[in-house]
Amino acid sequence: MLDLVRDVLSFALFAIGSLAVVAGAVGIVRFPDFYTRLHAAGVTDTAGAELIFLAMMLQAPSYLVVAKLVFISFFLFLTSPVSTHAVAHAGWVGGIRPLLGPELERRDVE
Amino acid sequence: MARTLILGIALAGLWLLLSGYFDKPLLLVFGVVSVAMSMFLAARAGVLDSEGVPNVLMPKVFGYWGWLALEIGKANVIVVREALAIRPNLSPTVFKVTTPTRTNAGYATFCNSVTLTPGTVTIDLEPDYFVVHALTEALADVAAINDMGRRVAALENPAARGAGGQSGGVGE
Repeated sequence: MLDLVRDVLSFALFAIGSLAVVAGAVGIVRFPDFYTRLHAAGVTDTAGAELIFLAMMLQAPSYLVVAKLVFISFFLFLTSPVSTHAVAHAGWVGGIRPLLGPELERRDVE
Repeated sequence: MARTLILGIALAGLWLLLSGYFDKPLLLVFGVVSVAMSMFLAARAGVLDSEGVPNVLMPKVFGYWGWLALEIGKANVIVVREALAIRPNLSPTVFKVTTPTRTNAGYATFCNSVTLTPGTVTIDLEPDYFVVHALTEALADVAAINDMGRRVAALENPAARGAGGQSGGVGE
């Protein structure tokens, strides 16, 4: 019974996580410019990765494996914003001007 | 000294949980040696400061992470909806946020929280404010970001904070 609950839960988490990864990928293709695409990548980084890790924790054979998965997701939680910021900052310093406003005009900021 | 102790406990815990050897004395001794060596090297390299071992936020930051996870979930729903919408209703904005944090660890936590939340990315840092790019008007919620900043500032150790911890945010 408990195994069934666990399987159903982890299946749901895997499904939602995969959906988030796919939605992030679709967003990267569909969004109009560099910065907006970064936001779509953020969905893959956060919801996608963390939900799949949660699902894997439910399927883990021992608590030691759960602990390792917790470490991986924790370090990802700390490092993924750093890499996102590095890319975004490189674009900003490199002079990529964002599209702004509902009309998506390329304007200078400030 | 407290910092050295915290680093030692954290490293020992990491070693134990990653290796999973709880009852092999020889390997445990190797573990103790490697932890001691890492701590010696950290001390020698002079990174046992508030940045190398950011314990200023420590006990309270776990509750903050729980709250942050909820915020990330909510923001994810908004961004996924835009990504899959037939006609995405994007309205990117760039705005400045002033930070109420007073420590480097707090500032880094605040900026990384903003970046980690889908729909907002920190694109530039200055000593007293940072520049955020947001995907839609709904996500460019300066009040919510300032609230996040206040929460991070509340985590900071009062002793490490210095004078004048209060400040609001300015959006544009």
